[in-house]
Amino acid sequence: MLMLAMIGRRVLGGLLTLLVVSVIVFVGTNILPGDATESILGQSTSPEAVAGLRKALGLNLPAHERYLRWLGGLLSGDPGVSLINRLPVAQLIGPRLANSVLLTALTAAVAVPLALLIGITTAIWRGSLYDRIANVTAVSLVAVPEFLLATVGVILFAVQLRWVSAISTPSVDSFTQAMQNFTLPVLTLCFAVTAQMARMTRAALLGVLDSSYIEMARLKGVRPTRLVLRHALRNAAGPIANAVALNLSSLLGGVIIVEVIFTYPGIAKLAVDAVETRDMPLVQACAMIFCATFMLLVLVADICSILSNPRLRTR
Amino acid sequence: MTDTAIAAPRRRRLPVAGQAGIALVVAWAALAAFGPYLAPYRAGDVVNAGVFAPMSNAYPFGTDYLGRDMLSRLLYGARYTVGVAMVATVLACLGGITLGILSAARQGWTDSVLGRAADALISIPHLMFALVIVAAFGTSLPVLILMAAISYVPGSYRFARSLALDINAMDFVEVARARGERTAYVVWAEILPNMIVPLLTDFGLRFVFVVLLLSGLSFLGLGIQPPNADWGALVRENINGIYEAAPAVLVPAVAIAVLTISITLLIDGFSGRGRAMAR
Repeated sequence: MLMLAMIGRRVLGGLLTLLVVSVIVFVGTNILPGDATESILGQSTSPEAVAGLRKALGLNLPAHERYLRWLGGLLSGDPGVSLINRLPVAQLIGPRLANSVLLTALTAAVAVPLALLIGITTAIWRGSLYDRIANVTAVSLVAVPEFLLATVGVILFAVQLRWVSAISTPSVDSFTQAMQNFTLPVLTLCFAVTAQMARMTRAALLGVLDSSYIEMARLKGVRPTRLVLRHALRNAAGPIANAVALNLSSLLGGVIIVEVIFTYPGIAKLAVDAVETRDMPLVQACAMIFCATFMLLVLVADICSILSNPRLRTR
Repeated sequence: MTDTAIAAPRRRRLPVAGQAGIALVVAWAALAAFGPYLAPYRAGDVVNAGVFAPMSNAYPFGTDYLGRDMLSRLLYGARYTVGVAMVATVLACLGGITLGILSAARQGWTDSVLGRAADALISIPHLMFALVIVAAFGTSLPVLILMAAISYVPGSYRFARSLALDINAMDFVEVARARGERTAYVVWAEILPNMIVPLLTDFGLRFVFVVLLLSGLSFLGLGIQPPNADWGALVRENINGIYEAAPAVLVPAVAIAVLTISITLLIDGFSGRGRAMAR
């Protein structure tokens, strides 16, 4: 019960935070006076046309009512109409979102097992040359901008070796085509996420390895590999799951850069294009999707830590 | 005895990574301050070497998409990449530390309101926050600096707050309070001095993130605007050189990486254990 109550409190807290985020996004994008009518009708129009359009768009309402209408629209799956091509935002976002989910899911499918492997092996051979090299590499990779990894990848594999194409489309018709399209974006996204995730996995395992029951097992003569895999890993599972979920959330920043570099038709590219054309309804909707996904991953990370804590497992 | 998973000694890495890091940081600061005076050409000068020229003695980093000397472009850009990020990070950390100490000293509703606000702001991914702000306010230097600063205040706030709470619970603070010192004195003379080293490492990390954020934004074409260019913008304007493997694309990106990696390694050398740096 205690556990359920804690999870319930986290979920509520998350929803409350998301509500505050929606206020920030709405106020941030509405704070400047120039409103949508100008960008739709242009500068030289009759006052009647402006007044009519303002009414049609609901811009004559006071700010808090507009916010409530916008929020209601978001929740019911109708976040408004694009200012640029007059299409419903939901229709623009739908297919793009699916593409982005595909890209990030592929990245996670590569990054998570790799990070766990590196994290666990570096914890087993702690202090070895392999561990130290892996650590310095990971620290460095976290600090490398995505566009460096992407440009190096393109120059190496697309321009010099001609293995893959420099522009990515989300087609998965055949295996070779999918490899061609996804290798570079997925690889670029993987580097930073894997590095940080592996470091946190290692740290979580080492935290458990310092406890006294491990000392006991070691004194009984358990080998290091078995010690880590059988004794430590089970108790480190919670913190590791926490690290995985938290680090997946950092993908959300990287995906913006990567989609633009490879002109991948995902939601991040859509958001950047919308910022360039100042298409506010689209920007707001994309921002809210990013924030909601981010919150969800943080929530999953929290819940993983709660579930893995046996002290909360009381009846 | 061989090293096992538990017994391996914790190595101090400061001599190797740390010293190189210190030297590099000094070099970066000098580059930002004096870069334009060292440049062989002015930032806008078209030199006589063609477009996307390869590396040569006369033009160590080749030329860009308009045939300008890349080394000079880079030296002029250092001021934006290092300087702007530095100003934004200083603002973010000053704000975060002030609010964090306020939160820890006052507690009560001040603490919960500030904490909630930080929670909300921290759950907007930094680059997405930047996109929203740029969509609303356009890109100008003050907007970019304020945006980056606000974006990183919550992280700094949380760090400073938990640090101040830890120190606040220590005996010597208790003693000072028992002596009858006022809160302002306790904060200034007892708590703050003990926060400086961790705060400095936090500052360094945050600087790295701000550099990556701002250059990422410039790479998207939404940061520093032409004719000026920071290193992210330099990658963007020369992106077509990628098909000729021109140094003009790679050099600015590598410059950013060398800057951020040198600082991260320095911090890693200082703090030793892998502090979670996700946020």
